[in-house]
Amino acid sequence: MATTDKEVNELIKREYEHGFVTDIEADTFEPGLNEDVIRRLSAIKGEPEFMVEWRLKAYRRWLEMDEPDWAHVGYPKIDYNAISYYSAPKRPEDMPQSLDEVDPELLRTYEKLGIPLHEREKLAGVAVDAVFDSVSVATTFKEPLAKAGVIFCSISEAVRDYPELVQKYLGSVVPHGDNFFAGLNSAVFSDGTFVYVPKGVRCPMELSTYFRINAANTGQFERTLIIADEGSYVSYLEGCTAPMRDENQLHAAVVELVALDDAQIKYSTVQNWYPGDENGKGGIFNFVTKRGAAIGKNSKISWTQVETGSAVTWKYPSCILRGENSVGEFYSVALTHNYQQADTGTKMIHLGKNTSSTIISKGISAGKSSNAYRGLVKFGPGADGARNYTQCDSLLIGDRCGAHTFPYIESKNKSAIVEHEATTSKVSDEQMFLCRQRGIDPEQAVSMIVNGFCKEVFRELPMEFAVEAGKLLEVSLEGSVG
Amino acid sequence: MLSIKDLHASIEGKEILKGINLEIRAGEVHAIMGPNGSGKSTLSQVLAGNEAFAVTSGEVTLNGENLLELETEERAREGIFLAFQYPVEIPGVSNLQFLRTSVNAMRTHRGEKEMNAAEFMKLAKEVSRQVDLDPAFLKRGVNEGFSGGEKKRNELMQALLLQPKLAILDETDSGLDIDALKVVADGVNALRAEDRAIMMVTHYQRLLNHIVPDYVHVLAGGRIIKSGGRELALELEEKGYGWLGIKEDAAEAAN
Repeated sequence: MATTDKEVNELIKREYEHGFVTDIEADTFEPGLNEDVIRRLSAIKGEPEFMVEWRLKAYRRWLEMDEPDWAHVGYPKIDYNAISYYSAPKRPEDMPQSLDEVDPELLRTYEKLGIPLHEREKLAGVAVDAVFDSVSVATTFKEPLAKAGVIFCSISEAVRDYPELVQKYLGSVVPHGDNFFAGLNSAVFSDGTFVYVPKGVRCPMELSTYFRINAANTGQFERTLIIADEGSYVSYLEGCTAPMRDENQLHAAVVELVALDDAQIKYSTVQNWYPGDENGKGGIFNFVTKRGAAIGKNSKISWTQVETGSAVTWKYPSCILRGENSVGEFYSVALTHNYQQADTGTKMIHLGKNTSSTIISKGISAGKSSNAYRGLVKFGPGADGARNYTQCDSLLIGDRCGAHTFPYIESKNKSAIVEHEATTSKVSDEQMFLCRQRGIDPEQAVSMIVNGFCKEVFRELPMEFAVEAGKLLEVSLEGSVG
Repeated sequence: MLSIKDLHASIEGKEILKGINLEIRAGEVHAIMGPNGSGKSTLSQVLAGNEAFAVTSGEVTLNGENLLELETEERAREGIFLAFQYPVEIPGVSNLQFLRTSVNAMRTHRGEKEMNAAEFMKLAKEVSRQVDLDPAFLKRGVNEGFSGGEKKRNELMQALLLQPKLAILDETDSGLDIDALKVVADGVNALRAEDRAIMMVTHYQRLLNHIVPDYVHVLAGGRIIKSGGRELALELEEKGYGWLGIKEDAAEAAN
């Protein structure tokens, strides 16, 4: 035991790599939330009337709601009036039309994060809608997408340019009253991504967004809406990092996916928000509502997430399987260390006939962290022949961390089939000894063992993301052993 | 090459090794025999640096360097190799990845360039054939779902890949049928070299029909109680351990 503990303690002490703050003048609201703030926010964004009404309705609903307290996490009470609800990089003109017009300071930020936009667009063929603070500042690859008829823009643009789509689908999967954080997001969402893939179109490239929280005391409220029309396919990548700071920051995003008949949406996330320091100081509160509605027959929604960041994570990317034969998937790696807390999992709601879902969850806990899987598999009365397979594995590193599994199964249909497997294991002294006896550094050994543990999830990630995810785990476990 | 002087080691406060003295020179093959529970495996583990065991006194040097001061991985890079009796599984990590990481760790230590995936694949395939393992094994998880015999051959394959100075083979013959034993013995003989020493820990003498040792040592109660040449092993086979004053029943019961 002695070896592993010592190694792991070292391992966990690595510094957060993306901990720098970019000096860009921000145009920021004073802290506080009321109807006026929402009207101002909406006005700045030039939103139509329906949008401001929608936000206000959400706000009024939110005022009546309580913050959820059932998750296996603890954090100080958040003062929602101490948060500023709008922040944008200052710019004299309108949105830049090309990278040349983007603030060089901002581009350097991306460089530091290892996201060279211009290289990425050429090499990887990835279109990037970069969200910096609250406003989209650079969008690339719009043209080939436009040719295919794919709409890929900021949600603010979509509200102005495609109001009928937004009105039809915004809030259709995650309504105002769904939960406290989604309600807040609906009232004050700053920006985010909108994707519409028309009938029969296979999106010609992976779509990607990088997030970054920047200005101090700024809550970031991303709103993403992806609609895949009949017979279409889209793969969307989301990755985020945040600068190091001491105050906790709230991040309450909402992502809605809608898949019509025979459509497929693949949504992949690498989440690396600032997790706080080794004493548990600082770090992001990541309270996210992600849900996909497979409303069409034979439609498919697939979530893959690699969660290594944030001080507190509260996140359950879910699928509502309404269409006949629709498929839901959830592949997750959640790594916590130091004092990080994660309560994450999924909900698979089977409503249609012959719907099926797969859940593969890999939780890795190190340091004094707490890592919980929480999952609901529900079969409605109409879900004849529906089935679910759940595999839930926990890996413990050291002996001061915790892993918890809270699986819920509700069935109102006798023909439904559920399989559930769960394991808990440790990076064993024997494994470490074998690796070290073969000349492998303890640090590299832990990283190798952890990556092996996550293999089933990593192979679901798009290629370049899989590499990034492997590196991220390595970095997250760096400096630990000695 | 390896010099062990009055080595005492214990686990959880219980002393297992009670004063081992042993000299092994380059090119030699030493067989360590003895009943179960005599400390054979402990000796192997202590030399390789398993931190579950505490060395309480004595000294061990490898080519004059104090081995006990080195971390496990440093000993490995200095050329100590242990073929495990019960190699552990590492799920999801492919054998190929594991072996390449290991080989490259050694190469880096020697100031050599790391091998890329293609170069390594070629080498690994050759060596796997040498121990009669299907190269498809390289793609499987480390020891994952391997049979006992496959695990042993996999261990031997690693010795052949890493070309250590001192190879410690811990019961590499146990649980093998006669064909597999022959393959393993051929592998060990291929490992014999002028600049390499081999320490074979074994309960039975049958392996020694195939791999002729230069020296045989009998370990009992944490001490080497008798040393001799190859004939000692044959004598043990004939007479059992009893004539050395060791209770055979206890050993058999432990089987």
